Amino acid sequence: MSLNPVSRDWRGLVLPAVFIAVWALVTHAGWVNTKLIVPPEKVLVVAWDYIVHGDFIKALLASLTRDGAGFVAGSLAGIALGSLLGVSRWAERLIGPTFHTIKQISLFAWIPLLSIWLGYNDTSRIVFVAVSVFYPVTLATFEGVKSVTRVQIEVAQVYAFTRSQLFTRLILPAASPQIITGLNLGLVYAWLATIGAEFLLPAYGDVGLGDTVIRGRAAFNVELVIFGMVLIGTVGALLNQLATRLEARALRWRGDR
Amino acid sequence: MSTTISTVALGDDIAALPRARPAPPARRRPPLKLAALWPRVRGWLLAWPVPLAVLALWQLAASYQWIPAQILPAPLTVAATFVDLFNTGELQSNTLISLQRVLFGFLTGAVLGLALGVAMGLSPLVKDYLYPTFKAFAQVPSLGWLPLLMMVVGIDEALKIILIAKSTFVPITLNTYKGLQGVPSSYIEVAKVYGFNRWQMLRRVVLPAAFPPIWNGVRYGLTHSWLALVGVELLASSEGLGFLIVYGRQLYQLDVVLAAVVVVGAVGYALDKILALIEARLLRWRRDAF
Repeated sequence: MSLNPVSRDWRGLVLPAVFIAVWALVTHAGWVNTKLIVPPEKVLVVAWDYIVHGDFIKALLASLTRDGAGFVAGSLAGIALGSLLGVSRWAERLIGPTFHTIKQISLFAWIPLLSIWLGYNDTSRIVFVAVSVFYPVTLATFEGVKSVTRVQIEVAQVYAFTRSQLFTRLILPAASPQIITGLNLGLVYAWLATIGAEFLLPAYGDVGLGDTVIRGRAAFNVELVIFGMVLIGTVGALLNQLATRLEARALRWRGDR
Repeated sequence: MSTTISTVALGDDIAALPRARPAPPARRRPPLKLAALWPRVRGWLLAWPVPLAVLALWQLAASYQWIPAQILPAPLTVAATFVDLFNTGELQSNTLISLQRVLFGFLTGAVLGLALGVAMGLSPLVKDYLYPTFKAFAQVPSLGWLPLLMMVVGIDEALKIILIAKSTFVPITLNTYKGLQGVPSSYIEVAKVYGFNRWQMLRRVVLPAAFPPIWNGVRYGLTHSWLALVGVELLASSEGLGFLIVYGRQLYQLDVVLAAVVVVGAVGYALDKILALIEARLLRWRRDAF
Protein backbone atom coordinates (compact mmCIF):
# COMPACT_ATOMS: atom_id res chain seq x y z
CA MET A 1 0.00 0.00 0.00
CA SER A 2 1.57 3.21 -1.10
CA LEU A 3 -0.94 5.47 0.59
CA ASN A 4 -0.40 6.40 4.19
CA PRO A 5 -3.21 5.86 6.70
CA VAL A 6 -4.13 9.53 6.99
CA SER A 7 -4.87 10.04 3.32
CA ARG A 8 -6.79 6.77 3.27
CA ASP A 9 -9.25 7.90 5.94
CA TRP A 10 -11.60 9.64 3.54
CA ARG A 11 -12.38 6.38 1.77
CA GLY A 12 -14.39 5.15 4.71
CA LEU A 13 -16.56 8.23 4.35
CA VAL A 14 -17.49 7.55 0.74
CA LEU A 15 -20.29 5.15 1.52
CA PRO A 16 -22.00 7.26 4.21
CA ALA A 17 -21.66 10.34 1.97
CA VAL A 18 -23.25 8.52 -0.97
CA PHE A 19 -25.97 7.25 1.34
CA ILE A 20 -26.81 10.73 2.61
CA ALA A 21 -26.72 12.16 -0.90
CA VAL A 22 -29.15 9.49 -2.16
CA TRP A 23 -31.31 10.03 0.92
CA ALA A 24 -31.44 13.78 0.28
CA LEU A 25 -32.07 13.25 -3.43
CA VAL A 26 -34.98 10.85 -3.13
CA THR A 27 -36.69 12.90 -0.43
CA HIS A 28 -36.32 16.20 -2.27
CA ALA A 29 -37.34 14.81 -5.62
CA GLY A 30 -40.43 13.44 -3.91
CA TRP A 31 -39.83 9.85 -5.01
CA VAL A 32 -40.67 8.45 -1.58
CA ASN A 33 -43.23 9.14 1.07
CA THR A 34 -41.53 11.96 2.96
CA LYS A 35 -43.65 11.29 6.03
CA LEU A 36 -41.96 7.92 6.39
CA ILE A 37 -38.57 8.73 4.95
CA VAL A 38 -37.85 12.22 6.15
CA PRO A 39 -35.26 14.50 4.53
CA PRO A 40 -31.89 14.42 6.32
CA GLU A 41 -31.82 18.11 7.20
CA LYS A 42 -35.11 17.75 9.04
CA VAL A 43 -33.44 15.28 11.37
CA LEU A 44 -30.86 17.95 12.17
CA VAL A 45 -33.58 20.52 12.84
CA VAL A 46 -35.46 18.20 15.18
CA ALA A 47 -32.22 17.16 16.85
CA TRP A 48 -31.25 20.78 17.47
CA ASP A 49 -34.70 21.56 18.80
CA TYR A 50 -34.61 18.56 21.10
CA ILE A 51 -31.19 19.47 22.43
CA VAL A 52 -32.06 23.12 23.04
CA HIS A 53 -35.71 22.96 24.12
CA GLY A 54 -36.43 19.33 24.84
CA ASP A 55 -35.23 17.21 27.73
CA PHE A 56 -32.12 15.92 26.02
CA ILE A 57 -29.82 16.43 29.00
CA LYS A 58 -32.40 15.02 31.37
CA ALA A 59 -32.97 11.96 29.21
CA LEU A 60 -29.27 11.35 28.77
CA LEU A 61 -28.60 11.69 32.48
CA ALA A 62 -31.54 9.46 33.38
CA SER A 63 -30.32 6.73 31.05
CA LEU A 64 -26.74 7.01 32.23
CA THR A 65 -27.84 6.91 35.87
CA ARG A 66 -29.74 3.68 35.28
CA ASP A 67 -26.84 2.29 33.35
CA GLY A 68 -24.40 3.20 36.11
CA ALA A 69 -26.52 2.01 39.01
CA GLY A 70 -27.23 -1.32 37.35
CA PHE A 71 -23.61 -1.69 36.35
CA VAL A 72 -22.29 -1.11 39.88
CA ALA A 73 -24.84 -3.43 41.49
CA GLY A 74 -24.33 -6.17 38.90
CA SER A 75 -20.54 -5.97 39.02
CA LEU A 76 -20.37 -6.12 42.80
CA ALA A 77 -22.66 -9.12 42.88
CA GLY A 78 -20.73 -10.72 40.01
CA ILE A 79 -17.34 -10.21 41.65
CA ALA A 80 -18.70 -11.60 44.91
CA LEU A 81 -20.19 -14.75 43.38
CA GLY A 82 -17.29 -15.23 40.97
CA SER A 83 -14.78 -15.03 43.82
CA LEU A 84 -16.81 -17.42 45.94
CA LEU A 85 -17.03 -19.95 43.14
CA GLY A 86 -13.34 -19.56 42.39
CA VAL A 87 -12.06 -19.76 45.95
CA SER A 88 -14.27 -22.51 47.31
CA ARG A 89 -14.38 -25.81 45.54
CA TRP A 90 -17.54 -26.71 47.43
CA ALA A 91 -19.30 -23.56 46.32
CA GLU A 92 -18.28 -24.32 42.77
CA ARG A 93 -19.60 -27.87 42.97
CA LEU A 94 -22.84 -26.90 44.67
CA ILE A 95 -23.77 -23.61 43.01
CA GLY A 96 -21.81 -23.72 39.75
CA PRO A 97 -24.15 -26.02 37.81
CA THR A 98 -27.22 -24.03 38.88
CA PHE A 99 -25.54 -20.78 37.84
CA HIS A 100 -24.60 -22.16 34.44
CA THR A 101 -28.14 -23.40 33.90
CA ILE A 102 -29.84 -20.14 34.83
CA LYS A 103 -27.37 -18.25 32.66
CA GLN A 104 -28.88 -19.99 29.62
CA ILE A 105 -32.14 -18.11 29.98
CA SER A 106 -32.30 -15.35 27.41
CA LEU A 107 -31.88 -11.99 29.11
CA PHE A 108 -35.10 -10.45 27.83
CA ALA A 109 -37.14 -13.33 29.20
CA TRP A 110 -36.55 -11.85 32.65
CA ILE A 111 -38.46 -8.69 31.77
CA PRO A 112 -42.04 -9.95 32.22
CA LEU A 113 -41.07 -11.59 35.51
CA LEU A 114 -39.37 -8.44 36.74
CA SER A 115 -42.37 -6.37 35.74
CA ILE A 116 -44.63 -8.54 37.91
CA TRP A 117 -42.26 -8.79 40.85
CA LEU A 118 -41.12 -5.17 40.94
CA GLY A 119 -43.55 -3.28 38.72
CA TYR A 120 -42.88 -0.91 35.86
CA ASN A 121 -40.44 1.44 37.52
CA ASP A 122 -36.83 2.37 37.84
CA THR A 123 -36.08 -0.40 40.30
CA SER A 124 -36.99 -3.12 37.85
CA ARG A 125 -35.03 -1.41 35.10
CA ILE A 126 -31.94 -1.14 37.25
CA VAL A 127 -32.29 -4.77 38.36
CA PHE A 128 -32.52 -5.80 34.73
CA VAL A 129 -29.32 -3.92 33.89
CA ALA A 130 -27.66 -5.46 36.94
CA VAL A 131 -28.64 -8.99 35.82
CA SER A 132 -27.17 -8.38 32.39
CA VAL A 133 -23.88 -7.25 33.94
CA PHE A 134 -23.86 -9.97 36.56
CA TYR A 135 -23.25 -12.93 34.21
CA PRO A 136 -20.16 -11.78 32.32
CA VAL A 137 -18.58 -10.36 35.47
CA THR A 138 -19.22 -13.54 37.46
CA LEU A 139 -17.73 -15.73 34.75
CA ALA A 140 -14.70 -13.50 34.26
CA THR A 141 -14.04 -13.24 37.99
CA PHE A 142 -14.36 -16.99 38.39
CA GLU A 143 -11.82 -17.58 35.62
CA GLY A 144 -9.50 -14.98 37.05
CA VAL A 145 -9.57 -16.40 40.55
CA LYS A 146 -9.06 -19.91 39.16
CA SER A 147 -5.93 -18.74 37.39
CA VAL A 148 -4.18 -18.07 40.71
CA THR A 149 -1.59 -20.80 41.00
CA ARG A 150 -0.91 -23.08 43.91
CA VAL A 151 2.63 -21.73 44.08
CA GLN A 152 1.38 -18.20 44.61
CA ILE A 153 -0.89 -19.35 47.41
CA GLU A 154 1.94 -21.25 49.05
CA VAL A 155 4.17 -18.19 49.00
CA ALA A 156 1.38 -16.20 50.62
CA GLN A 157 1.08 -18.87 53.28
CA VAL A 158 4.80 -18.71 53.96
CA TYR A 159 4.34 -14.99 54.58
CA ALA A 160 1.51 -15.89 56.95
CA PHE A 161 -1.15 -13.92 55.13
CA THR A 162 -4.48 -13.87 56.88
CA ARG A 163 -7.52 -14.93 54.90
CA SER A 164 -8.53 -11.36 54.11
CA GLN A 165 -4.96 -10.46 53.17
CA LEU A 166 -4.83 -13.47 50.92
CA PHE A 167 -7.94 -12.26 49.20
CA THR A 168 -7.18 -8.56 48.87
CA ARG A 169 -3.42 -8.78 48.34
CA LEU A 170 -3.10 -11.88 46.19
CA ILE A 171 -6.32 -13.22 44.72
CA LEU A 172 -8.01 -10.02 43.64
CA PRO A 173 -4.88 -8.45 42.08
CA ALA A 174 -4.00 -11.72 40.35
CA ALA A 175 -7.51 -12.02 38.99
CA SER A 176 -7.80 -8.35 38.05
CA PRO A 177 -7.00 -8.70 34.32
CA GLN A 178 -9.88 -11.11 33.82
CA ILE A 179 -12.16 -9.16 36.15
CA ILE A 180 -11.49 -5.96 34.25
CA THR A 181 -12.16 -7.66 30.94
CA GLY A 182 -15.43 -8.92 32.42
CA LEU A 183 -16.31 -5.43 33.64
CA ASN A 184 -15.58 -4.08 30.19
CA LEU A 185 -17.93 -6.61 28.66
CA GLY A 186 -20.44 -5.85 31.41
CA LEU A 187 -20.40 -2.18 30.50
CA VAL A 188 -21.33 -3.03 26.92
CA TYR A 189 -24.13 -5.30 28.09
CA ALA A 190 -25.32 -2.67 30.55
CA TRP A 191 -25.94 -0.13 27.83
CA LEU A 192 -27.82 -2.63 25.70
CA ALA A 193 -29.88 -3.59 28.74
CA THR A 194 -30.57 0.04 29.64
CA ILE A 195 -32.08 0.67 26.23
CA GLY A 196 -33.89 -2.67 26.32
CA ALA A 197 -35.31 -1.90 29.76
CA GLU A 198 -36.51 1.51 28.62
CA PHE A 199 -38.23 -0.09 25.64
CA LEU A 200 -39.71 -3.07 27.41
CA LEU A 201 -40.43 -1.70 30.86
CA PRO A 202 -41.99 1.61 29.89
CA ALA A 203 -43.21 3.88 32.65
CA TYR A 204 -45.30 6.95 32.04
CA GLY A 205 -43.58 10.25 32.57
CA ASP A 206 -40.16 8.63 32.73
CA VAL A 207 -37.36 10.17 30.73
CA GLY A 208 -34.50 8.36 29.09
CA LEU A 209 -33.06 7.95 25.62
CA GLY A 210 -35.02 4.74 25.09
CA ASP A 211 -38.21 6.39 26.33
CA THR A 212 -37.62 9.26 23.94
CA VAL A 213 -37.32 6.92 20.99
CA ILE A 214 -40.41 4.96 21.99
CA ARG A 215 -42.40 8.14 22.40
CA GLY A 216 -41.09 9.37 19.07
CA ARG A 217 -42.39 6.21 17.47
CA ALA A 218 -45.79 6.56 19.10
CA ALA A 219 -46.05 10.12 17.80
CA PHE A 220 -44.69 9.01 14.41
CA ASN A 221 -41.82 11.43 14.78
CA VAL A 222 -39.34 9.69 12.48
CA GLU A 223 -36.79 12.48 12.90
CA LEU A 224 -36.69 12.03 16.65
CA VAL A 225 -36.41 8.25 16.33
CA ILE A 226 -33.44 8.53 13.97
CA PHE A 227 -31.74 11.06 16.19
CA GLY A 228 -32.39 8.87 19.21
CA MET A 229 -30.79 5.91 17.46
CA VAL A 230 -27.72 7.94 16.60
CA LEU A 231 -27.49 9.06 20.23
CA ILE A 232 -27.82 5.51 21.53
CA GLY A 233 -25.06 4.38 19.19
CA THR A 234 -22.80 7.29 20.05
CA VAL A 235 -23.16 6.90 23.80
CA GLY A 236 -22.52 3.17 23.46
CA ALA A 237 -19.39 3.80 21.41
CA LEU A 238 -18.13 6.39 23.89
CA LEU A 239 -18.71 4.07 26.86
CA ASN A 240 -16.85 1.40 24.95
CA GLN A 241 -13.88 3.64 24.32
CA LEU A 242 -13.85 4.79 27.90
CA ALA A 243 -13.85 1.20 29.11
CA THR A 244 -10.98 0.23 26.81
CA ARG A 245 -8.93 3.21 27.97
CA LEU A 246 -9.60 2.46 31.62
CA GLU A 247 -8.72 -1.18 31.09
CA ALA A 248 -5.37 -0.27 29.56
CA ARG A 249 -4.72 2.17 32.40
CA ALA A 250 -5.75 -0.18 35.17
CA LEU A 251 -3.53 -2.94 33.86
CA ARG A 252 -0.49 -0.75 33.31
CA TRP A 253 1.12 -2.01 36.50
CA ARG A 254 1.61 -5.36 34.84
CA GLY A 255 3.97 -3.84 32.30
CA ASP A 256 5.01 -5.65 29.17
CA ARG A 257 5.78 -9.13 30.22
CA MET B 1 -22.33 -4.59 21.75
CA SER B 2 -21.26 -7.46 19.63
CA THR B 3 -18.05 -5.75 18.71
CA THR B 4 -16.42 -6.09 22.07
CA ILE B 5 -17.72 -9.51 22.88
CA SER B 6 -16.23 -10.99 19.80
CA THR B 7 -12.94 -9.21 20.09
CA VAL B 8 -12.62 -10.06 23.74
CA ALA B 9 -13.24 -13.70 23.11
CA LEU B 10 -10.96 -13.72 20.15
CA GLY B 11 -7.47 -12.43 20.48
CA ASP B 12 -5.90 -12.38 17.05
CA ASP B 13 -2.90 -14.19 18.42
CA ILE B 14 -4.82 -17.34 19.26
CA ALA B 15 -6.78 -17.22 16.06
CA ALA B 16 -4.74 -19.52 13.94
CA LEU B 17 -2.57 -21.54 16.25
CA PRO B 18 -3.16 -25.24 16.26
CA ARG B 19 -4.81 -25.85 19.56
CA ALA B 20 -4.45 -29.57 19.75
CA ARG B 21 -1.42 -31.10 21.32
CA PRO B 22 -0.58 -34.77 21.64
CA ALA B 23 -2.29 -35.90 24.79
CA PRO B 24 -0.04 -37.38 27.47
CA PRO B 25 -0.25 -41.13 26.90
CA ALA B 26 -1.20 -41.88 30.48
CA ARG B 27 -4.45 -39.92 30.19
CA ARG B 28 -5.48 -41.13 26.80
CA ARG B 29 -7.11 -44.34 27.96
CA PRO B 30 -7.93 -44.17 31.62
CA PRO B 31 -8.54 -47.61 33.07
CA LEU B 32 -12.23 -48.13 33.60
CA LYS B 33 -12.28 -48.12 37.36
CA LEU B 34 -14.89 -46.90 39.74
CA ALA B 35 -12.35 -44.59 41.34
CA ALA B 36 -11.78 -42.85 38.02
CA LEU B 37 -15.48 -42.33 37.51
CA TRP B 38 -16.03 -40.97 40.97
CA PRO B 39 -15.23 -37.29 40.33
CA ARG B 40 -17.77 -37.15 37.54
CA VAL B 41 -20.45 -38.92 39.53
CA ARG B 42 -19.73 -36.68 42.50
CA GLY B 43 -19.94 -33.58 40.32
CA TRP B 44 -23.27 -34.77 38.99
CA LEU B 45 -24.63 -35.59 42.43
CA LEU B 46 -23.50 -32.32 43.97
CA ALA B 47 -25.22 -30.29 41.27
CA TRP B 48 -28.62 -31.23 42.62
CA PRO B 49 -28.92 -30.28 46.33
CA VAL B 50 -29.04 -26.50 45.80
CA PRO B 51 -31.68 -26.38 43.04
CA LEU B 52 -33.73 -29.06 44.77
CA ALA B 53 -33.61 -27.16 48.05
CA VAL B 54 -34.65 -23.98 46.28
CA LEU B 55 -37.49 -25.78 44.55
CA ALA B 56 -38.63 -27.37 47.80
CA LEU B 57 -38.59 -24.03 49.59
CA TRP B 58 -40.42 -22.44 46.69
CA GLN B 59 -43.03 -25.21 46.74
CA LEU B 60 -43.44 -24.79 50.50
CA ALA B 61 -43.75 -21.03 50.16
CA ALA B 62 -46.48 -21.53 47.60
CA SER B 63 -48.44 -24.20 49.46
CA TYR B 64 -48.41 -22.23 52.71
CA GLN B 65 -49.23 -19.14 50.67
CA TRP B 66 -46.35 -17.09 51.94
CA ILE B 67 -46.21 -15.68 48.44
CA PRO B 68 -49.37 -15.20 46.37
CA ALA B 69 -49.56 -17.51 43.35
CA GLN B 70 -49.91 -14.46 41.10
CA ILE B 71 -46.42 -13.37 42.06
CA LEU B 72 -44.80 -16.78 42.10
CA PRO B 73 -46.74 -19.92 41.23
CA ALA B 74 -45.59 -23.19 42.78
CA PRO B 75 -43.08 -25.25 40.79
CA LEU B 76 -45.60 -28.10 40.59
CA THR B 77 -48.15 -25.69 39.08
CA VAL B 78 -45.56 -24.61 36.54
CA ALA B 79 -44.83 -28.24 35.72
CA ALA B 80 -48.55 -28.97 35.32
CA THR B 81 -48.96 -25.94 33.06
CA PHE B 82 -45.97 -27.07 31.08
CA VAL B 83 -47.57 -30.47 30.52
CA ASP B 84 -50.88 -28.79 29.66
CA LEU B 85 -49.30 -26.49 27.10
CA PHE B 86 -47.44 -29.44 25.69
CA ASN B 87 -50.57 -31.57 25.38
CA THR B 88 -52.57 -28.84 23.66
CA GLY B 89 -49.64 -28.40 21.28
CA GLU B 90 -49.35 -24.69 22.05
CA LEU B 91 -45.83 -25.04 23.30
CA GLN B 92 -44.62 -26.93 20.24
CA SER B 93 -46.32 -24.66 17.71
CA ASN B 94 -44.96 -21.49 19.33
CA THR B 95 -41.49 -22.98 19.68
CA LEU B 96 -41.59 -24.02 16.04
CA ILE B 97 -42.53 -20.53 14.92
CA SER B 98 -39.73 -19.01 16.98
CA LEU B 99 -37.25 -21.53 15.61
CA GLN B 100 -38.34 -20.79 12.06
CA ARG B 101 -37.79 -17.09 12.56
CA VAL B 102 -34.39 -17.65 14.06
CA LEU B 103 -33.44 -20.00 11.25
CA PHE B 104 -34.39 -17.58 8.48
CA GLY B 105 -32.94 -14.57 10.21
CA PHE B 106 -29.80 -16.41 11.18
CA LEU B 107 -29.19 -17.79 7.70
CA THR B 108 -29.74 -14.41 6.08
CA GLY B 109 -27.44 -12.69 8.54
CA ALA B 110 -24.83 -15.45 8.36
CA VAL B 111 -24.62 -15.42 4.55
CA LEU B 112 -24.37 -11.63 4.43
CA GLY B 113 -21.93 -11.56 7.32
CA LEU B 114 -19.66 -14.21 5.84
CA ALA B 115 -19.72 -12.45 2.48
CA LEU B 116 -18.83 -9.06 3.91
CA GLY B 117 -16.31 -10.53 6.34
CA VAL B 118 -14.53 -12.46 3.60
CA ALA B 119 -14.56 -9.46 1.30
CA MET B 120 -13.07 -7.19 3.95
CA GLY B 121 -10.65 -9.82 5.18
CA LEU B 122 -9.22 -10.59 1.76
CA SER B 123 -9.27 -7.17 0.14
CA PRO B 124 -7.79 -4.16 1.92
CA LEU B 125 -9.52 -1.97 -0.65
CA VAL B 126 -12.98 -3.22 0.30
CA LYS B 127 -12.05 -2.95 3.95
CA ASP B 128 -11.00 0.69 3.61
CA TYR B 129 -14.28 1.62 2.03
CA LEU B 130 -16.68 -0.45 4.09
CA TYR B 131 -15.21 -1.03 7.54
CA PRO B 132 -15.93 2.43 9.04
CA THR B 133 -19.54 2.26 7.88
CA PHE B 134 -19.86 -1.26 9.22
CA LYS B 135 -18.51 -0.18 12.60
CA ALA B 136 -20.94 2.71 12.80
CA PHE B 137 -23.77 0.35 11.85
CA ALA B 138 -22.72 -2.12 14.52
CA GLN B 139 -22.62 0.52 17.24
CA VAL B 140 -26.38 0.78 17.57
CA PRO B 141 -27.60 -2.30 19.43
CA SER B 142 -30.16 -4.43 17.59
CA LEU B 143 -32.94 -3.29 19.86
CA GLY B 144 -32.11 0.32 19.03
CA TRP B 145 -33.04 -0.34 15.41
CA LEU B 146 -36.41 -1.70 16.40
CA PRO B 147 -38.50 1.50 16.59
CA LEU B 148 -37.29 2.78 13.23
CA LEU B 149 -37.75 -0.62 11.61
CA MET B 150 -41.24 -0.86 13.05
CA MET B 151 -42.14 2.38 11.32
CA VAL B 152 -40.55 1.44 8.02
CA VAL B 153 -41.47 -2.24 7.60
CA GLY B 154 -44.33 -2.61 10.07
CA ILE B 155 -44.53 -5.31 12.71
CA ASP B 156 -44.79 -8.36 10.48
CA GLU B 157 -42.43 -11.25 9.92
CA ALA B 158 -40.08 -9.00 7.95
CA LEU B 159 -39.33 -7.00 11.09
CA LYS B 160 -38.32 -10.09 13.04
CA ILE B 161 -36.23 -11.55 10.27
CA ILE B 162 -34.40 -8.27 9.65
CA LEU B 163 -33.68 -7.72 13.31
CA ILE B 164 -32.46 -11.29 13.86
CA ALA B 165 -30.38 -11.09 10.70
CA LYS B 166 -28.81 -7.85 11.92
CA SER B 167 -27.84 -9.32 15.27
CA THR B 168 -26.32 -12.35 13.52
CA PHE B 169 -24.63 -10.29 10.83
CA VAL B 170 -22.49 -8.14 13.12
CA PRO B 171 -20.56 -10.78 15.09
CA ILE B 172 -20.13 -13.03 12.04
CA THR B 173 -18.79 -10.21 9.87
CA LEU B 174 -16.44 -9.07 12.57
CA ASN B 175 -15.06 -12.48 13.44
CA THR B 176 -14.71 -13.54 9.81
CA TYR B 177 -12.82 -10.36 9.03
CA LYS B 178 -10.59 -10.64 12.09
CA GLY B 179 -10.05 -14.33 11.52
CA LEU B 180 -8.85 -13.81 7.97
CA GLN B 181 -6.66 -10.90 9.06
CA GLY B 182 -5.16 -13.03 11.80
CA VAL B 183 -3.79 -15.74 9.54
CA PRO B 184 -0.04 -15.57 10.26
CA SER B 185 1.95 -14.26 7.34
CA SER B 186 4.44 -17.09 7.83
CA TYR B 187 1.78 -19.59 6.72
CA ILE B 188 1.23 -17.58 3.58
CA GLU B 189 4.94 -17.34 2.92
CA VAL B 190 5.36 -21.07 3.21
CA ALA B 191 2.47 -21.57 0.82
CA LYS B 192 4.11 -19.16 -1.62
CA VAL B 193 7.33 -21.16 -1.40
CA TYR B 194 5.33 -24.21 -2.40
CA GLY B 195 4.03 -22.25 -5.36
CA PHE B 196 0.35 -22.40 -4.36
CA ASN B 197 -1.93 -20.47 -6.65
CA ARG B 198 -4.56 -18.11 -5.27
CA TRP B 199 -7.28 -20.71 -5.04
CA GLN B 200 -5.04 -23.28 -3.35
CA MET B 201 -3.85 -20.61 -0.95
CA LEU B 202 -7.41 -19.79 0.00
CA ARG B 203 -8.67 -23.33 0.13
CA ARG B 204 -5.69 -25.03 1.78
CA VAL B 205 -4.17 -22.32 3.97
CA VAL B 206 -6.25 -19.25 4.65
CA LEU B 207 -9.67 -20.78 5.23
CA PRO B 208 -8.51 -23.66 7.46
CA ALA B 209 -6.40 -21.27 9.53
CA ALA B 210 -9.23 -18.77 9.87
CA PHE B 211 -11.91 -21.35 10.49
CA PRO B 212 -11.91 -21.41 14.33
CA PRO B 213 -12.49 -17.66 14.76
CA ILE B 214 -15.07 -17.67 11.97
CA TRP B 215 -16.91 -20.52 13.63
CA ASN B 216 -16.72 -18.61 16.91
CA GLY B 217 -18.47 -15.78 15.12
CA VAL B 218 -21.14 -18.16 13.89
CA ARG B 219 -21.74 -19.33 17.45
CA TYR B 220 -21.97 -15.78 18.75
CA GLY B 221 -24.28 -15.00 15.88
CA LEU B 222 -26.64 -17.79 16.82
CA THR B 223 -26.62 -16.82 20.49
CA HIS B 224 -27.35 -13.22 19.56
CA SER B 225 -30.08 -14.17 17.14
CA TRP B 226 -31.86 -16.10 19.88
CA LEU B 227 -31.52 -13.14 22.22
CA ALA B 228 -32.86 -10.78 19.56
CA LEU B 229 -35.74 -13.12 18.77
CA VAL B 230 -36.97 -13.09 22.35
CA GLY B 231 -36.61 -9.32 22.50
CA VAL B 232 -38.53 -8.68 19.30
CA GLU B 233 -41.21 -11.23 20.13
CA LEU B 234 -41.77 -9.55 23.47
CA LEU B 235 -42.32 -6.21 21.77
CA ALA B 236 -44.23 -7.09 18.65
CA SER B 237 -45.66 -10.50 17.90
CA SER B 238 -48.80 -12.55 18.05
CA GLU B 239 -47.17 -15.98 18.14
CA GLY B 240 -43.92 -17.53 19.24
CA LEU B 241 -42.30 -18.15 22.60
CA GLY B 242 -41.84 -14.46 23.34
CA PHE B 243 -45.51 -13.92 22.66
CA LEU B 244 -46.40 -16.77 25.02
CA ILE B 245 -44.44 -14.97 27.72
CA VAL B 246 -46.18 -11.65 27.09
CA TYR B 247 -49.56 -13.36 26.92
CA GLY B 248 -49.03 -15.09 30.25
CA ARG B 249 -47.83 -11.82 31.74
CA GLN B 250 -50.92 -9.94 30.60
CA LEU B 251 -53.25 -12.52 32.08
CA TYR B 252 -51.15 -12.64 35.25
CA GLN B 253 -50.54 -16.34 34.61
CA LEU B 254 -46.97 -16.61 35.74
CA ASP B 255 -47.02 -20.37 35.36
CA VAL B 256 -47.33 -19.87 31.60
CA VAL B 257 -44.56 -17.26 31.68
CA LEU B 258 -42.22 -19.53 33.61
CA ALA B 259 -42.96 -22.56 31.44
CA ALA B 260 -42.12 -20.50 28.34
CA VAL B 261 -39.00 -19.10 29.99
CA VAL B 262 -37.78 -22.64 30.65
CA VAL B 263 -38.26 -23.52 26.99
CA VAL B 264 -36.46 -20.34 25.92
CA GLY B 265 -33.50 -21.31 28.07
CA ALA B 266 -33.50 -24.91 26.90
CA VAL B 267 -33.66 -24.02 23.20
CA GLY B 268 -30.91 -21.44 23.56
CA TYR B 269 -28.74 -24.03 25.25
CA ALA B 270 -29.52 -26.69 22.65
CA LEU B 271 -28.72 -24.36 19.74
CA ASP B 272 -25.29 -23.60 21.15
CA LYS B 273 -24.62 -27.27 21.93
CA ILE B 274 -25.46 -28.26 18.36
CA LEU B 275 -22.92 -25.80 16.99
CA ALA B 276 -20.33 -27.02 19.50
CA LEU B 277 -20.87 -30.59 18.31
CA ILE B 278 -20.54 -29.57 14.67
CA GLU B 279 -17.36 -27.72 15.53
CA ALA B 280 -15.91 -30.78 17.24
CA ARG B 281 -16.68 -32.84 14.12
CA LEU B 282 -15.32 -30.29 11.69
CA LEU B 283 -12.14 -29.79 13.64
CA ARG B 284 -11.32 -33.48 13.92
CA TRP B 285 -8.59 -33.07 11.33
CA ARG B 286 -6.65 -31.01 13.80
CA ARG B 287 -6.26 -33.89 16.16
CA ASP B 288 -5.61 -36.34 13.37
CA ALA B 289 -2.68 -34.24 12.27
CA PHE B 290 -0.67 -35.27 15.29
